[in-house]
Amino acid sequence: MTRPSTATTALIGTVALLLASFPLRADAPPRRIVSMNLCTDQMAMLMAAPGQLHSVSHLARDPKSSVLPDEARRFAVNHGLAEEIFMMQPDLVLAGTFTSRASVAMLKRLGFRVEQFPPAYSFDEIREQIRRMGDLLGRTERAEELVAELDRRIAATPEPGESTRRPLAALHFANSYTVGSGTLSSEVVSRAGLENLGTRLGLSGTIRLPLEILVVSTPDLIVGGTRYESSAPALAYQTFEHPALSAVLQGRPMTAVPDKYWVCGAPFTAEAVRILADAAAQLSLRKPVTP
Amino acid sequence: MSYRLVVTSLALLVALLFAASLFTGPAGLDMATSFDGLFLGSNEAARLVMQEIRLPRAILGTMIGATLGLSGAVLQGYLRNPLADPGVLGVSASASLGAVIAIYTGLSAAFALALPVLAMLCAVAAVMVIQILAGGRAGTLTLILAGVAITSLAGAMTSLALNLSPNPFAAMEILFWMLGSLTDRSMVHVWLSAPFMVLGWIMLAPLGRALDALSLGSDAAQSMGVRLNRTQTLTILGTATSVGAATSVAGAIGFVGLIVPHLLRPVVGSKPSRLLLPSALAGASLVLAADIAVRLIAPGRDLKLGVLTAIVGAPFFLYLVIRYRRTLT
Repeated sequence: MTRPSTATTALIGTVALLLASFPLRADAPPRRIVSMNLCTDQMAMLMAAPGQLHSVSHLARDPKSSVLPDEARRFAVNHGLAEEIFMMQPDLVLAGTFTSRASVAMLKRLGFRVEQFPPAYSFDEIREQIRRMGDLLGRTERAEELVAELDRRIAATPEPGESTRRPLAALHFANSYTVGSGTLSSEVVSRAGLENLGTRLGLSGTIRLPLEILVVSTPDLIVGGTRYESSAPALAYQTFEHPALSAVLQGRPMTAVPDKYWVCGAPFTAEAVRILADAAAQLSLRKPVTP
Repeated sequence: MSYRLVVTSLALLVALLFAASLFTGPAGLDMATSFDGLFLGSNEAARLVMQEIRLPRAILGTMIGATLGLSGAVLQGYLRNPLADPGVLGVSASASLGAVIAIYTGLSAAFALALPVLAMLCAVAAVMVIQILAGGRAGTLTLILAGVAITSLAGAMTSLALNLSPNPFAAMEILFWMLGSLTDRSMVHVWLSAPFMVLGWIMLAPLGRALDALSLGSDAAQSMGVRLNRTQTLTILGTATSVGAATSVAGAIGFVGLIVPHLLRPVVGSKPSRLLLPSALAGASLVLAADIAVRLIAPGRDLKLGVLTAIVGAPFFLYLVIRYRRTLT
């Protein structure tokens, strides 16, 4: 039996040291996550283990855009710039597919792990994304809880009947934009028991709807988004005050669904369903809808 | 062609285009429904579309076009400069800046008249700068360069104000203020701007004879009994009032005042007094036609009016530059 030479001992020691400094399990949950998109911000905040999430985007703190503005203050803020995220040295970067492509490309080039989430266009896609986020964060149980919460909150609004005529809802956002089929908003409208004007007109995606067409379609209710008017005025909301629009509403107010509930798909999107279902119920109280 | 015939046919053209503007729109109403909506109102939806959406648009198109045509003719006569026009000289861009200040500071929400008034004040400031330069016997080129500078500065301030607005939509509205649009204007806009446009016309309309005399030089004009100070005041206030009010509700629509007098000179002669009324009518026709075209070319896309007027106007401007090349320097 020969004694191992000092050289061999040194070699083994080095290898052992090297091995110890790398995590053995490649799928160990990330410990320093930076999110740079409002939707991934909120999903990560709902899901991350204590200390796991390091930073969220500045939009997450804006009470008009974000459902969790106070929660967001507990994390460092970023503005989606590659430089500031590099300085944070995260082990996982969460971004949207439409998040500034230049910054995302730069971070990938610098060797960061970037996971991108597309916008959710349906309730199914919300469930899918919650589960994907759960897998990424190593929080699959929490993800299932959130999916269950989404299902429970949607189920709180009774399924619309097949036979009854659905009241017609026109979605009217800033700059006369509306949404057609294939969007989360149209699924929310439909689940609330309303018919979406954009879908009826054969529109798809987010698209301009001229005021004239909205008026001749005589919708039963007009659904608007959050107005940023309180912070600063803009012409984008001029049509909200147009006499023709007020006349269509016949003295009723517009139904306001805050943008924050449906710009991002999450369990809180069920809140938009509730608001619209309430508006629909009020409408049928006011004037019985004939089948 | 006699003057009377020109005026009559232009007036007919305005009437025709006004009607065409009323019958153009994405809602695709047929003739009978449109007439019903416009005059009887038995169909509520058609009434709203015709009376509340299309009528204000047609009225504003007519009045704004007339304002731009008239003030272009007056400015070209008064400054004896073939390239003068509220757009080129920076009056429109300055009025836009005034309107932007009124709207985005929230001033116009508290006090509706602040919108046209601030636009007019900024327009007055722009015309004053030009007047100061012109008073110093500036050449054609000097005035145009001053106009370029005023337009750039006002445009930059407009962009700055809109970019700094905390409202995410404001920055997108730079386009509206620089290129102009009549989409979804309402009667509120008509009531807000029409009185001031008419006031401006009243100041500009009687300037014809004074401008005729001025075309012989200011000394000759003075000896013919033209009160130069009065002419100057009316030109400045009339242009600024009408263009300011027009721009405050529709943004800056360029080149109309530049093109129109040039198109009419071969027909009615170059005497300013014979040019004013036809220029107003032709300006109205041009803006109405452009506004019909934006709805036909790209329905539902909200193509800006200034895009069309610039496509026609900018090459025309170049043509004028080439034609007057010798006298410019």
